[in-house]
Amino acid sequence: MKIIIGLGSCGIAAGGLKVKEEFSRLISENPGAGAAMSETGCMGMCYKEVMVEVVDEAGNSTIYGEVNEEKARKIFESHVLGGKPVAEYTVRSSTEPNEQDSFFEKQRRIVLARCGHIDPESIDEALAMDAYKGLEKALKTMTPEQVIDEVLKSGLKGRGGAGFPTGQKWKFARAPQSDKKYIICNADEGDPGAFMDRSVLEGDPHSVLEGLLIGGYAIGADEGYIYCRAEYPIAIKRLNIAIKQARERGFLGENIMGTGFNFNVKIKEGAGAFVCGEETALIASIEGQRGMPRMRPPFPANKGLFGKPSNINNVETLANIGWIIRNGAEAFAAYGTAKSKGTKVFALAGKIARGGLVEVPIGIPLREIIFDIGGGTSSGKAFKAVQMGGPSGGCIPASLIDTVVDYEELNATGAIMGSGGMIVMDEDNCMVDIARYFLNFTQSESCGKCTYCRIGTKRMLEILTRITEGKGTEEDIPKLLELAEQIKKNSLCGLGQTAPNPVLTTLRYFRDEYEAHIRDRKCPAKQCKSLIKYAIDPDKCVGCTLCAKNCPVKCISGSVKKPHEIDQTLCTKCGTCKAVCKFGAISVD
Amino acid sequence: MCTKCCCDSGAYYKAFEDIMSECYHGNESDLIPILQKLQSSYGYLPKDIITRLSQRTGIFETQIMGVATFYSQFRLKPSGERTIKICFGTACHVNGSEKIADALCDELKIEMGGTTEDNKFTLESVACLGCCSLAPVMMIGDETYGRLTPDKARKIIRELYAKGDQK
Ligand SMILES: Cc1cc2nc3c(=O)[nH]c(=O)nc-3n(C[C@H](O)[C@H](O)[C@H](O)COP(=O)(O)O)c2cc1C
Ligand code: FES
Repeated sequence: MKIIIGLGSCGIAAGGLKVKEEFSRLISENPGAGAAMSETGCMGMCYKEVMVEVVDEAGNSTIYGEVNEEKARKIFESHVLGGKPVAEYTVRSSTEPNEQDSFFEKQRRIVLARCGHIDPESIDEALAMDAYKGLEKALKTMTPEQVIDEVLKSGLKGRGGAGFPTGQKWKFARAPQSDKKYIICNADEGDPGAFMDRSVLEGDPHSVLEGLLIGGYAIGADEGYIYCRAEYPIAIKRLNIAIKQARERGFLGENIMGTGFNFNVKIKEGAGAFVCGEETALIASIEGQRGMPRMRPPFPANKGLFGKPSNINNVETLANIGWIIRNGAEAFAAYGTAKSKGTKVFALAGKIARGGLVEVPIGIPLREIIFDIGGGTSSGKAFKAVQMGGPSGGCIPASLIDTVVDYEELNATGAIMGSGGMIVMDEDNCMVDIARYFLNFTQSESCGKCTYCRIGTKRMLEILTRITEGKGTEEDIPKLLELAEQIKKNSLCGLGQTAPNPVLTTLRYFRDEYEAHIRDRKCPAKQCKSLIKYAIDPDKCVGCTLCAKNCPVKCISGSVKKPHEIDQTLCTKCGTCKAVCKFGAISVD
Repeated sequence: MCTKCCCDSGAYYKAFEDIMSECYHGNESDLIPILQKLQSSYGYLPKDIITRLSQRTGIFETQIMGVATFYSQFRLKPSGERTIKICFGTACHVNGSEKIADALCDELKIEMGGTTEDNKFTLESVACLGCCSLAPVMMIGDETYGRLTPDKARKIIRELYAKGDQK
């Protein structure tokens, strides 16, 4: 029997290491059971972490969800020792249908094919699932031009946000003659609330290395960099292990697989700056400077890292490459729409019942991702909007839920495909507040180089803050629109050019909410603190004193069995009273 | 040199020397990795260490400060014994992280970014801790606390204080 524990960041955060210790202990106490343990990356069902898979001698797999130490003991006793799976904790089984199966039914896994199935620290497990076969095919049977051609034909577009055709980009980087070129993997994943790249790096680092190697061969680079967020220590650790193993097996270094191709990789840790996801800023950061973007041209393809021609690709883009070379461009292009091919990984989060990592064919309607895969809202309340593309993206309202996921279709809504963050919101979320949240983020991450981005976003943030505080005026909306237009047009880099998007889309679809804040001094979602008031309904209050006991600022008074009252001058609107009241006596208005 | 504590300068600068011999290869591109190592060793970037780094590498002190202040990872002041990182990622935001932050600021009587008077806790905000399905989330040391409410967050801090008192 094999016990496999999901130890991606999500699994560890949910207590995976304690579960692992418990299984270790159980295995060592029962040496006769013939059980072995290994680890894997994110299985995708983050909402069911900690996840543990048990594979029996016949190869049947049972995956358990929400495992803790106690459940671990029960699983060990019943399944590992007794051969009887514990049905009540099972979330997926290779022998029986499960109600969670709908999470997987509409997914197609190319990038995540090995994630959650292999031990990311074992190159043998990756090799057993075809890792580096694409590299071998490219190096031994194809010229660099043929590799570029194949990627062009596949229709793969960059998954880092801008969606530029990868083959085209490689062509540009191949063209210049130079004694030295670089290929860089952008693993900065700056969108706060997205974790696709992290999960791939943690779950299958070899797929990214393979893509980087093939890309290096295609453009003529012999050195690669992986620029990874410092906040991803597990990803960095596993990448280092993967690089070491790949070198030992002859996939990295000199004369790779006897073909005469040389390639080496270095990891650079970011230091916490969103703008470093932008290509020229990223290059400045690797060079040891402040991560400030510069004017283009010259483009990195001609003058990039250390002044040499360089190509930058996102983690997910690169993780597709090995598969494309191995299976051919047609197989990849079989997925997708007329203009956008393949699959896309999304990080489903927010008010979603089944949050996690999903990979779907491009062209699937949003409705299927949010409802069929994601199971709808976690609160059971009405779905209101989904935010895509993070700080550069926008909010798509419930009325457009049938929009299909495709670069062009999404752009038409004012949102973008983005890198894959998908935040679901329900009717309790205030759209003005969401717009303010993203603007606060971009404003504080603006590097300050250009005026429109530095000062323009600041002014927009001030206006939005004012509106959420109930101090907005009629001129505020036109002023926001004007500022947005100027910032988009005149900013130097993508950060400023896209910063107004969250405001523009919420204004487009939820203008009435802005107007309610400004005209009626009301927050329809009852989120903006300055605009809401908690009150106790004397008819419903039985005087149980629970709210008064729990109020952190002690602003609720009243005697036992008599209706209580809130002192509005002291209330901080934390909502604790409403959360603890068992009689529904507390209202927000 | 550090004058506040009892360490002798030899031991104090040893970490600096070790890091320089490991990470400095004479290139400006070594700067950020050096600063990262210095911070993890000293807990922050002390002024005198930056001066020493400038003298050693020939990189102007203003330029080093430019880099150190640009990236949010670098701290120029020491932090408390433990750092509480409240997630302000989007998933946590839509699930109410601001209320968690308000509660902890009130409980600890500090602002975000501040350190308590007894030097026990520093309160920091981070973007996405990577466990969005547990939102709202905070991290204290290596421990992650998920599905927080303002009340739960306060209780966690009180328990940590109570445990500390017992020791
Ligand atoms: C402000 C800003 C932040 C960005 N952040 C990221 C990021 O975190 N990860 C990423 O892959 N691309 C990011 N990009 C896009 C990159 O600049 C670049 O387009 C991408 O890495 C190219 O790879 P691709 O063609 O494979 O998508 C960002 C762009 C801007 C303007
Ligand atoms: S947004 Fe908080 S953990 Fe991801």
